[in-house]
Amino acid sequence: MSVEMMSEIKRDHMMKLIEAGTREDGRGLADVRKIEVETGLIESADGSAKVKIGKTVVMAGVKIIPGTPFPDTPNIGVLTTGAELIPMAHPSFESGPPGEDAIELARVVDRGIRESGMVDVEALCIVPGEEVWMCFVDIYAINHDGNLFDAANLAAVCALKDATIPGEQYGKGENKPLPITCTPISITEAKIGNHLIVDPNFDEEQISSARLTVTTDDNGNFRAMQKGGRGSITLDELSQCLDRAVEKGIEIRKIIG
Amino acid sequence: MERRNARPTREIVVPGDVLDETGMKPGENAYVQDGKVRASVTGVRNVFQNTVGVIPLKGCYMPKSGDTVIGVINDIGPSNWMVDINAPYPAPLHVSEVPWKVEFGDTSKYLGIGNVVIIKILSVDESRKIQVTMKDSGLRRITGGRVVTIPCSKVSRVIGKSGTMISMLKNMTDCRITVGQNGRIWIDGDDENCDVAAEAIAMIESKAQSGNLTDAVKDFIGSRLPQNEYGYQEE
Amino acid sequence: MSGHTDMVLVDENGMRIDGRTAEQHRPIKIEAGVLDNADGSAYVEIGKNKVLAAVYGPRECHPRHLQDPTKAIVQCKYNMETYSVSDRKRPGPDRRSIEISKIISEALEKVVLTELYPRASIDVYIEILQANAGTRCAGLTAASVALADAGIPMRDIVPAIAAGKADGHVLLDLNKEEDNYGQADVPIAIVPSTDEIVLLQMDGNMTREEFDHAIDLAVNACHEVYDLQRDALKRRYSAKKGEVSE
Repeated sequence: MSVEMMSEIKRDHMMKLIEAGTREDGRGLADVRKIEVETGLIESADGSAKVKIGKTVVMAGVKIIPGTPFPDTPNIGVLTTGAELIPMAHPSFESGPPGEDAIELARVVDRGIRESGMVDVEALCIVPGEEVWMCFVDIYAINHDGNLFDAANLAAVCALKDATIPGEQYGKGENKPLPITCTPISITEAKIGNHLIVDPNFDEEQISSARLTVTTDDNGNFRAMQKGGRGSITLDELSQCLDRAVEKGIEIRKIIG
Repeated sequence: MERRNARPTREIVVPGDVLDETGMKPGENAYVQDGKVRASVTGVRNVFQNTVGVIPLKGCYMPKSGDTVIGVINDIGPSNWMVDINAPYPAPLHVSEVPWKVEFGDTSKYLGIGNVVIIKILSVDESRKIQVTMKDSGLRRITGGRVVTIPCSKVSRVIGKSGTMISMLKNMTDCRITVGQNGRIWIDGDDENCDVAAEAIAMIESKAQSGNLTDAVKDFIGSRLPQNEYGYQEE
Repeated sequence: MSGHTDMVLVDENGMRIDGRTAEQHRPIKIEAGVLDNADGSAYVEIGKNKVLAAVYGPRECHPRHLQDPTKAIVQCKYNMETYSVSDRKRPGPDRRSIEISKIISEALEKVVLTELYPRASIDVYIEILQANAGTRCAGLTAASVALADAGIPMRDIVPAIAAGKADGHVLLDLNKEEDNYGQADVPIAIVPSTDEIVLLQMDGNMTREEFDHAIDLAVNACHEVYDLQRDALKRRYSAKKGEVSE
């Protein structure tokens, strides 16, 4: 199978639908696809989650290991986020080390988690100045049908919420849940023509000029944002995205519990 | 003979499965080993005259000379365009195979990336190098309407025996429908009718193995577009 | 191999630490057609191993210099996710993954009818989500199902399993502890219609009798795995047909 080329017929048809306020799968412009979350599915991981948003599927796993702290923060645990867009997820993905898309994805997810203080890193100290818990979050896109940002964020967040510090494995006390303080949720919108659509699928991303991802915490405060794509966003559009990010964030927090 | 061949009709087989041990000849997607005919793809066991083979349930389009296909321009060179025809092989369309006189380097003025075209396969050699043309009647660039893609193993179902299914679809939905052998189908007409035609094709794709499909599809379209039913002629 | 433990891997009644006898394999689960974008896919569990395989192809061969004008090439990439093992694995291919990718590609090239698609590539991706010994066999088992699911023409589906030795006993389908602390590991894959071997490795220390016994156990078990592979494919396509009234 070749990579299905975005034909002008398809592009025209999609634009027509969006102008009329609807999308190919029947959603309204502000509707998010069906979200399914499964946690704890990988025992070898200290925390894991598989998230589906529509047909997009992303897995995340957490490994917590004792290590040395950074010299400037001797009593604080370390959090690292990585992502891979593995070739099985889409015919256009190639093998190889993470490219700029995977790196951007990992850094945006990381920012949302770090800036919200989701993981209580001060509680991860083992021996002050010498040893702390290091938390590695690794994200794998398994099937790409658009909006990897939100699926990856949700998978990472759910995997962290599912995680247990493996004290017993390393002789450093009892196992206990990773201390979590909040649930940062990202909402991504794509700009197509003069319209913004929430949770774009793959085809919609192909015809969009810009993308905005906004991450909020449980209080509706903003923790991270990233604009992507070669197009631009107006101030009014920005305002609309911020409102929707808070509103949809609340909906999604309810789904994952 | 009857008892030995008491296998279910439309039996699903997978590669390596024994299709026959009574001496039948191998048909499509089958091979012989130690006197047994075995399947080489996942599909439905199919007996045709004295051969036994497999109708594949999936599989990509393999271009054949004479096929009419719907392609999308995905690259442009100074004296040709590259066309994506939903196959493992690229199809170059040379300037000598289009109805215009194109100067060297002017190719992008005639066809651009993303343009959709109806073309014909001229030839395929043993190393699968393909030549295509847009010079015959009916071959051209198309715009408007929509293109749906189905597995190429289902194309014959959409056309039907002697074209019965495709005629019925066209008449009842009042749409122009061009079926490419590569599984791409172009539907053109009024929006609501196009939607129904696309749904009818999706229905044929998912129920391709069933009997009475023509009637089921006819009923479906009739229920969505009642006004067209009066204009329909039985073949 | 060659770790040390005081753990008894096989007790005096021939029972292993997970309750199996020497000749039993771990519970196996196989599902075909689990991914949307891939042309074919499969998910396999063998004991605690969790493996995903996906196939794209036949498609244009990249990089172009690897194209073969007479047939398709099978390019397999085996990868372990960082959290699949108890000590986090650094992301990216290591020498072990590269070797495994190569031997799996070679096993599959023997059964895929590659002459039908000259100059094309059939790309196979294997991801190990959770590892517990025998991942290359689980990966090849999944890859075979994914190829058949993609409608790729092949002579047969290839099952794989490992046998080995621990505490002096020849055992089928080693688990993690038996692999770490045992004396031999023999992964094998066959073409069930002819019993040809398309993958074989061995490491450790075995007499000729022990090795023959191991092969015997493994080849028989391969036939059982084969039935499960076929069953997974038939279930997948019967489900599709099931939308249909005859």
